[in-house]
Amino acid sequence: MTHSAPLIKTPDGTIESISKAMGKHLVSIEEANGEVAVHIHCDALVECMIQLRDECAYQQLMEIAGVDWPDRDPRFEIVYCLLSLTKNHRIRVHLTTNEDHPVPSVTSIWPVAGWLEREVFDMYGVLFSGNADLRRILTDYGFSGHPQRKDFPLSGYVELRYSEEEKRVKYEPVQLAQDFRNFDFLSPWEGADYVLPGDEKSGEGAGNGAPPPPTPKTTDTAAQTGAGNAANKEAVKRSVRKPKATGDKA
Amino acid sequence: MSMQQDLAPTTGDEVIQNYTINFGPQHPAAHGVLRLVMELDGEIVERLDPHIGLLHRGTEKLIEYKTYLQALPYFDRLDYASPMAMEHSYVLAIEKLLDLEVPLRAQYLRVLFAELTRIKNHTLNIAHHIIDVGAMTPPLWLYEIREDIMGFYERASGARMHAAWFRPGGVHQDVPLKLLTDIAEWLDDRMPRLFEDAMSLVVDNRIFKQRNVDIAIVSKEDAIKWGFSGPMIRGAGIPWDIRKSQPYDVYDRMEFDIPVGTRGDCYDRFMVRVEEVRQSVRIMKQCLQQMPEGPVCSDDRKVAPPNRAEMKQSMEALIHHFKLYTEGFKVPAGSVYVATESPKGEFGVYLVADGSNKPYRCKIRPTAFSHLQAMDFMTRGHMLADTTAILGALDIVFGECDR
Repeated sequence: MTHSAPLIKTPDGTIESISKAMGKHLVSIEEANGEVAVHIHCDALVECMIQLRDECAYQQLMEIAGVDWPDRDPRFEIVYCLLSLTKNHRIRVHLTTNEDHPVPSVTSIWPVAGWLEREVFDMYGVLFSGNADLRRILTDYGFSGHPQRKDFPLSGYVELRYSEEEKRVKYEPVQLAQDFRNFDFLSPWEGADYVLPGDEKSGEGAGNGAPPPPTPKTTDTAAQTGAGNAANKEAVKRSVRKPKATGDKA
Repeated sequence: MSMQQDLAPTTGDEVIQNYTINFGPQHPAAHGVLRLVMELDGEIVERLDPHIGLLHRGTEKLIEYKTYLQALPYFDRLDYASPMAMEHSYVLAIEKLLDLEVPLRAQYLRVLFAELTRIKNHTLNIAHHIIDVGAMTPPLWLYEIREDIMGFYERASGARMHAAWFRPGGVHQDVPLKLLTDIAEWLDDRMPRLFEDAMSLVVDNRIFKQRNVDIAIVSKEDAIKWGFSGPMIRGAGIPWDIRKSQPYDVYDRMEFDIPVGTRGDCYDRFMVRVEEVRQSVRIMKQCLQQMPEGPVCSDDRKVAPPNRAEMKQSMEALIHHFKLYTEGFKVPAGSVYVATESPKGEFGVYLVADGSNKPYRCKIRPTAFSHLQAMDFMTRGHMLADTTAILGALDIVFGECDR
């Protein structure tokens, strides 16, 4: 360890004692970057948290963070950051859920969870069953959508201004004077998911996702004009007439 | 006639209803854009519902679209009363994911300026707390300290408030020697003189005590349950300070005491902050004494840019500079939660990296969220005028609370 971030020493046997306390609710437990992350089943959250608070002495809930993984199923990951004042240790509790499946609220264990859950609900649309006050918290009154989802655009959908004519604040669809520019600064030589122009054939053998070369366009019969059905019919008529015309001349 | 009698009830059968008032969003004692919906029974607060989010700017969303370095200045704009303390958590989180070593001088400089920031924040909060309960002179004197600190900020980073001076791997630029000697002189003479003068007016002041002692008492159990941190948890009597218990940078080399409250009321929280200012002065003096010479930023060229002079000589340095300021650096996939002791309490950053040059998710843990949420139970049963004292002792800044 060479970094100078807050020094947290995991006491010996922490992982064993936590996995024992979690019992069958445990999905996995790992230590990475010097931090212990406990993955549990969503529905057993409250029992697990009571165990962690009372048996394992993690007295404080510091933070609830949501993470959106659109490619995964279930889509949302909820992360609870716990702190033990007596053991001087931190752990994270992870669980996954989707927007239909409510997460049990931990407001009965830590009242501070009230606003933290409200924020996750506001930002991701994850529901918390048992939270008596699940209103939006950070977004505007009357806001719709869940802005921290990855499919929510950075600019949002509406913008507001004060209208001098109507003497009130007006909401209007977002109009950008310039298109949103999301530059891709990643080096094209390392792990880019597109093919460089002129580089299409290089990956054929390796199969790294290069598109196949386009099929060459052919016109085997006169009907293949490539200009739609009407043109095809017309072309067939003409091609039938054509030998007649040449025959007349001859 | 009979209608009038109905409207004006006589003594004995009168029904007095509670009424609901709005405190803010534009109120000088609301410390920013806070709207408190209060239900009052006469002058007694029965229920209090803070409405926040009026300063929400979507910082976390914006950070996901920026490289790690571009996201840094957003942190100055969270708690604009203590900008460098906000940067501290973020750069430490990145360094933890990269497992990056920071040169010793940079660690000392960071601690020096983190403590300077603590004084900056506490003088502002103490001043506002005092002004909220009605005194005028001490804030004016405390603002002089704050003004000096902004001058030091400017000489170190070029900006009075939004410094963006802490960088992954160290600090942006070394400080001039004259700045360090000036800070040392200031700590020896001007700063304690101004501060102790101002404090002598309030600390034992009868009116100030009447407004703060026994107001909003928070027990140890409540402080833990409600996720308190920083001066709020110490005011409740729990000696918890991340600088001591989970030291970062060179805090493990510093000698300082942690002030703790005895009753858990507004006065205790105020006094904890006053003492913390004195302890910060102690830490800064130690930093200045011990600070070694040397580089102020990591020499890992894949993360920290080369200096200007090197770029004029070396092609490789030029390429590194170009790559770092266009593509940025990549952080290996993983997630960390890094919390530091910001002046207001535990300021945490939960950083999820996916191996690219942009944070996949950067959740900011504001200190204000848990403290402001507890305001409902702290204010219940107190007088309307106590709300300002309670709010002043919470130390809330909305840039950080709303993000």
